[in-house]
Amino acid sequence: MDLIDAAHLHFRYAGTPVLQDVSLNIHAGEIVSLLGPNGCGKTTLLKILLGILRPQRGKVRLHGKEVAAMSPRELAGCMAYVPQTHRIGFAYRVLDVVLMGRTPHKSLFSDYSRQDVEIALHCLERLSIADLSDRPYNEISGGERQLTLIARALAQGARILIMDEPASGLDYGNQIRLLTRISDLAQDGYTFIKSTHAPDHALWIAKRVVIMKGGTVIADGKPQDVINGDAISRLYSTRVGVVSVGDTLRMCVPHAMLNGARRTAAQL
Amino acid sequence: MKRPAILMLLFGLLWATVLVSLTLGRFPITLTELYDVMLQLLLDREVMAEERFSTLKNILFDIRLPRIMAAVLTGAALSVAGTSFQSMFINPLVSPGLLGVLAGASFGAALGMVAARTWLAVEAGAFIFGLAAVIVAMTIARFFRGDRLLILILGGIISASLFTSLLSLIKYLADPYDQLPAIVFWLMGGFSMVDGKTVLFVALPMLVGIAVLLALSSTLNVLSMGEEEARSLGINVGVMRTTIILSATLISSLTVSLGGIVGWVGLVIPHVGRMLVGPDNRVLLPVAGMLGATYLLGVDDLSRLLFRVEIPIGILTSLLGIPFFMLVLKNARKGWS
Repeated sequence: MDLIDAAHLHFRYAGTPVLQDVSLNIHAGEIVSLLGPNGCGKTTLLKILLGILRPQRGKVRLHGKEVAAMSPRELAGCMAYVPQTHRIGFAYRVLDVVLMGRTPHKSLFSDYSRQDVEIALHCLERLSIADLSDRPYNEISGGERQLTLIARALAQGARILIMDEPASGLDYGNQIRLLTRISDLAQDGYTFIKSTHAPDHALWIAKRVVIMKGGTVIADGKPQDVINGDAISRLYSTRVGVVSVGDTLRMCVPHAMLNGARRTAAQL
Repeated sequence: MKRPAILMLLFGLLWATVLVSLTLGRFPITLTELYDVMLQLLLDREVMAEERFSTLKNILFDIRLPRIMAAVLTGAALSVAGTSFQSMFINPLVSPGLLGVLAGASFGAALGMVAARTWLAVEAGAFIFGLAAVIVAMTIARFFRGDRLLILILGGIISASLFTSLLSLIKYLADPYDQLPAIVFWLMGGFSMVDGKTVLFVALPMLVGIAVLLALSSTLNVLSMGEEEARSLGINVGVMRTTIILSATLISSLTVSLGGIVGWVGLVIPHVGRMLVGPDNRVLLPVAGMLGATYLLGVDDLSRLLFRVEIPIGILTSLLGIPFFMLVLKNARKGWS
């Protein structure tokens, strides 16, 4: 059985169609990258998977169970949302932010237990940021904030992490470190569904790439099958080639940046 | 400072202020006398003459204690309601009156004065219309699409103007020699009219409302991360917001029943609390409650003692609150930014 089975999703916002007949099956342990230009419906799709938005037509099943029929608490136990790195209204400590991940596991009126605190600290350690636990969340770097939010997702006990452009706003080093973390966690059986603006990130770590355009899925498959010069060029309306570096790594190269700018993808 | 330590410290400070406030007044009573009266009352030990004992007992427990309890309850309620609203609306500049509860309660109290002319009617009117104004705000919000919190604030603005206009209408229609001054005086806020029975009657629902908000403190933290994150963390956002709004409204409107409109406490005290212990509601809410209680009790003592004529407490809290707020804003960048 598929972990997530989204079938024939349609979504309109204020009369404008945002998603049209989108179907997606996701298996455990996959890193799925959603790729597509701004406004293609990536974020809407993620929010529907999370149960935040309801599709007008179509259904999302999680472990065979309909998401629309699950309580927020039940959903939170299976699926965690890792938002874009953000500043928050009130400067909670990093540990307190991670503790919020334990919300679905405590009763409504009670405080977090000692065990919850231990789990939160353990999750911080797992991402090697335990030394930040007492720092105000708004004062740490963007990369550290993103790791904190992942730690919160782990503390939540969810096995599926849904990330909206996790690398945006991070410097180059932090982007690489973040992608390495995601890759490691996927080895441990976590499933990632993330939207991204960078085709390279999909090439580096994704096991599966879903390309969206104009509210529909136009390609879905392994990165090596789906991402090629033509597809990326069409998707972003700019000429791009894909080159191999060594045996395993592939990267995008925008033609406009090449010396002489006349070489074709074939010459690369 | 360790968080439990500061809670204990504030708790001690509140009790000390209560004891000192009992001794303060036109009729001076020393702390020793207070101690003696307690001995005589609780342990039935003859320490002083029966006549003196009954005079002191009357002053302490029939006159001063209800008033002190009213100030403590009001300060705690407004501060806890204000802190909860600031977290829930993710906005450190909102106060308990945001959704119109104070405007509604003012109208209700004025209506009670004009229509029924009993204190019970005034108190009941304040409570009922305080609740009604917030329900109006929430109902208006249901008709609009968009950011729920923003729409709620809009509903609150509309509801508050509605009840402010209705209040003006009552003032216009009221007898200018008798009723109008009473309404105006009531709206300035003050605890000189409270009696023990009312305080006891109001105390229970107030404490329940405060307890509900305190118990939801970790939920308030999660709600302050925004709607989508809160939902994905397993919170039923709609139900929780409604619970918090209704609890805060219950306790805010009851403060109007007790002592009219007491401004600024619910806006300033949460900031002072955040400066002391940071923004985590699990610590901040009890800290704000105790700070607010101590502060308002202190201000009430000032309003009783400062001049020969009592000054309405609402005037004092505003006059003290404004410079205090400016000072706090200047230094309070660390709690929110």
